[in-house]
Amino acid sequence: MAWLHAWLGLLLGGLLYFMFVTGTLGYLDSAIDRWMRPELPAARYPLPPEPALRQAQAFLQTHAHEARRWSITLPIDRNEPYLRVAWQGEAGSGAAYLDPGSGHQIATRATGGGQTLYQLHWRLHYLPARASEWIVGLASFVLLIALVTGLIVHRRIFADFFTFRPGKGQRSWLDAHNLASVVSLPFQLMITYSGLVFVMFTLMPLIPAAWYGAGNSGQQAFLNEVFPPLAPAQAAGRRAALAPLEQLLPDVRAQWGAAPVASIDIQDPHDARARILVVGDFAAGPLRAANILAYDGVSGARLAQRPAWQSAPRALRDLLLGLHEGLFAPPVLRALYVLSGLLGAAMIATGMVLWTVKRRQRGDRHAGLALVERLNVAVIMGLPVAIAAYFWANRLLPLGLERRADWEVHALFLAWLLMFAWAALRPARRAWREQALLAAALCAALPLLNALTSAQHLGRALAQQDLAMAGFDLAALAAGALFAGMARALARRQALSG
Amino acid sequence: MRAARWRLASRCVAAALGGYALASTLPVALVALVAPATLARADAALVALQLSFVVYTGAVVWAFAARSAALAWAALVLATLLSGGIARVVL
Repeated sequence: MAWLHAWLGLLLGGLLYFMFVTGTLGYLDSAIDRWMRPELPAARYPLPPEPALRQAQAFLQTHAHEARRWSITLPIDRNEPYLRVAWQGEAGSGAAYLDPGSGHQIATRATGGGQTLYQLHWRLHYLPARASEWIVGLASFVLLIALVTGLIVHRRIFADFFTFRPGKGQRSWLDAHNLASVVSLPFQLMITYSGLVFVMFTLMPLIPAAWYGAGNSGQQAFLNEVFPPLAPAQAAGRRAALAPLEQLLPDVRAQWGAAPVASIDIQDPHDARARILVVGDFAAGPLRAANILAYDGVSGARLAQRPAWQSAPRALRDLLLGLHEGLFAPPVLRALYVLSGLLGAAMIATGMVLWTVKRRQRGDRHAGLALVERLNVAVIMGLPVAIAAYFWANRLLPLGLERRADWEVHALFLAWLLMFAWAALRPARRAWREQALLAAALCAALPLLNALTSAQHLGRALAQQDLAMAGFDLAALAAGALFAGMARALARRQALSG
Repeated sequence: MRAARWRLASRCVAAALGGYALASTLPVALVALVAPATLARADAALVALQLSFVVYTGAVVWAFAARSAALAWAALVLATLLSGGIARVVL
């Protein structure tokens, strides 16, 4: 059992650490989005839907009248704090942030923002979607096994709960690993199992096949029954004016009462068979599900509705997905989510370090150990450096750069690659301290960078209650302090052991 | 030494492949046996899917906890065949 736990950790620890860090940061994606688009004003939400819908419809009418699909996201909470529109069609696709007062587009820099950081969590990068789904799914299952085998191995789990013996080498690392794991254990089990549920259709195709038949057609039939389209329609080919969206709101309120409209999806907006889907808030509660109303696009007549709750099995899936995403969480629970994510990263990082410390201490001296020691530095300390580089690139790359958003992500991976090279060239002990110092400097300087490259520095953000902007700057300072503390602790350890 | 390595490798394969096979069949059998006839097949499949990772985890732990690799294989294969049979009959 211990052998299995150690080997699985060794093989997949790096990837899992990456997933925990990007997942935890991804949880804060709307705040990161805001920092990476400093041109946006401080968010004000919730806003009354009528004027916002009017402005959005007018904008789409002017700028995307040939598109086949429109979508409007209304500012209702911190998860979606801005009025946004998006469109898709033969002429291409696009998106824009709108000022709800004037209806004009707010020009923002081309950036992937926090959303892209979030997507790294399950899409990784530079890989086809299918491949990353399998890799992430496999890693998640390995994590589940690692958690269970870790529990089995940790016999005296209650007796040893508060054990922490610092300064004792391998023993201390084991204690830290156990502490991080046990304290956040319910969260880790939930986040891992629910993560698997996200990709279960891909990972376990043989199961629906028992009811629907094998092969692609069976799988498609299954998915069509799980996610049936609401009031589907083929485009008629005849043009017709789209009904004013705000006219639907009285009917929506009659159906939903005070529950807000989160987004509106319009199919074939200028067709006689246009369809309008009015979608409620997916993050209203732990279940990742929303009421949906379907309207005829021309007459505004209600065609169909789908309540958030449809069946217990679906609701179970919605609950697991909702718990994983944690969007429903009020502030204190939200902070616990972030803390638990960080503890998960610490759980994995301490495990990775423990593996090398244990073998060093018992006198192993093979090349594999040296390799893993250096890889550990580059992965554990290099990733924060790389993510900081992503934020630096957001402010330093020229605004007119072609494929600017892509280059921000390239900057992240280039910086990470540099950290691997650094770890290859320096002794592991020195590299730990140096990369920690670099991470500290890059993070702590972010508020300064913000002040120099935008109008929304920390002082103004606090004055305007621009919590996302201020929160990011303060969190960057805290992260800088954390890494600086690590660097000092490492320096002291080096001074002692020579 | 050689034999021990092969036995360990055997357990790994049993866990990975045998576990997957059991995780693909036992949940189906369980749902088919226990679920009411009124349960829509999409819902039945959803329940089985969500159960599957518990089964897979249990199978992996069994593969390494069983007294011998042979026993690990035997139990997994037997359970898979039994579940597959039940699923085939009931569905």
